Amino acid sequence: MNTAATNSVNLPGPLPLDSGRELAGVEVAYETYGALNAARDNAVLVHHALTGDQHLASAHPVTGKPGWWERMVGPGKPIDTDRFFVICPNVIGSCMGSTGPASPADDGAPYGMRFPVITIRDMVRAQVALLDVLGIDRLHASVGGSMGGMQALSLAANWPGRTGRVLAIATTARHSAQNIAFHEVGRQAIMADPAWQGGNYYGSDSKPEKGLAVARMAAHITYLSEAGLTDKFGRELQDRDAKSFGFDADFQVESYLRHQGISFTDRFDANSYLYITRAMDYFDLADEAGGSLAQAFAGAEGTRFCLVSFDTDWLYTTSDMRAVVHALNAVAAPVSFVELSAPYGHDSFLLDVPELDRVVEGFL
Amino acid sequence: MSTLRPDLAKIARHVPDGARVLDVGCGPGDLMEVLRDSKGCDARGLEIDPAQVAAAVGKGLSVVQGDAARDLADYPDGAFDVAILSQTLQTAERPDLLLQQLLRVGRQAFVSFPNFAYWRMRAALLFKGRMPVTRHLPVSWYETQNIHHVTVDDFRELVAMLGIRIDDAWYFTREREIGGAQANFRAEHAVFRLSAK
Repeated sequence: MNTAATNSVNLPGPLPLDSGRELAGVEVAYETYGALNAARDNAVLVHHALTGDQHLASAHPVTGKPGWWERMVGPGKPIDTDRFFVICPNVIGSCMGSTGPASPADDGAPYGMRFPVITIRDMVRAQVALLDVLGIDRLHASVGGSMGGMQALSLAANWPGRTGRVLAIATTARHSAQNIAFHEVGRQAIMADPAWQGGNYYGSDSKPEKGLAVARMAAHITYLSEAGLTDKFGRELQDRDAKSFGFDADFQVESYLRHQGISFTDRFDANSYLYITRAMDYFDLADEAGGSLAQAFAGAEGTRFCLVSFDTDWLYTTSDMRAVVHALNAVAAPVSFVELSAPYGHDSFLLDVPELDRVVEGFL
Repeated sequence: MSTLRPDLAKIARHVPDGARVLDVGCGPGDLMEVLRDSKGCDARGLEIDPAQVAAAVGKGLSVVQGDAARDLADYPDGAFDVAILSQTLQTAERPDLLLQQLLRVGRQAFVSFPNFAYWRMRAALLFKGRMPVTRHLPVSWYETQNIHHVTVDDFRELVAMLGIRIDDAWYFTREREIGGAQANFRAEHAVFRLSAK
């Protein structure tokens, strides 16, 4: 396991948001690995996914589990901390130290639903402000999977001079109606939980844990593939020989999802889940650029791109990623694209796929 | 450049310095690497096999995984100075459409292919009565990716019909360049430099 430096900065000025509002007193929590070189040009910004955080390659303080990309980041690993200064910030709107709905507003009470609705570009805006504080003008690379990939693409499109390379894995340039639909199921589950209390559950005895667990369960299904689920669980029963003819978790897959849902509530804030899924649903790079995805990347022809999809990912599909490849080709940006074969669905980017390691190492 | 296959070495020698190049069916990117490193080219690749794409990306090359028959259409007109199609034409479902796409995205094109009219091929078919298996067509008929066997003369006829001009042609047998005389009979494979008329 790596030793990480956990830090936090207060951004010097208020952060303008896509909604037209401003967020003042923004704090960004982040971890770094490796050392910044004298030229300050070896920084790699790693963006986390929806329910991830800055604990990229160090133990999670709540769960004690290894960092979410421990296998990818470290000395001699594909994102080599002997070469690179790796920065992983917690996104704004989240609950692991960066300003989010659980943070105190002006009146000292938590924002709750008074927190402004944010976008992926707002998250990146806060990260760029962090880079300014750190004195890093140009990244060696911006890297991310899933929502992290959206941030990497947003950085390239909106701050084209700030990174030399973009590595976007299992992601998309816009959320589809199906993506939005799944997120809406999760949000409704949270808001239907009486313990949600209109978002004002901070300091209360009850939190919307049931709603958040259901949201996580629904989302978790979209992260896996049918083949992966069948392979792992099939229709095997859990701790019993026969069906109970009741609604206990008879099947192993039920038990697994319940566990995933419940353990998630220990480490994640329900309101953060609402805000971050909303940010993803609003994500549409083409729309930001007047309807043309190619136009979104018009200034990015000096950035090298590498896009990776997985053949079993039905959340962000190969054809979603091809749309980005076509747009980059249209502006003659140097782009690589590969669809890797892996059985694990969308979650493949977090799991043991040696071919991904080779692509990441080779591209960086 | 000496490590390149002779047809690729020939192509590399004739690509102008600093050209924008698309290598269709680039494999692990050997030619692209030479073009980038010794000619300062902006080389891009298109390759169908993900393992080959991963290998090329590992060399720092820009390669998109895709099927030439479908994905060349996504590139803008005249996006490249040079488009290259080496040892891939005979695997295309519609070689005629592929050639047209090649000369749409590139101002000029290099195309290389094994010549099915090479005398050893003819001899194999004539004397053994079996589909030839050779160094350049090394796989049996039932598992080969080569679905449209082509000869030097067929190719010349096709490009003439498509309004494509042949600017140069080179012929090889047993990895050595031979002259153009009776190339349809004597050449094991051929390289053409093409441009739109």
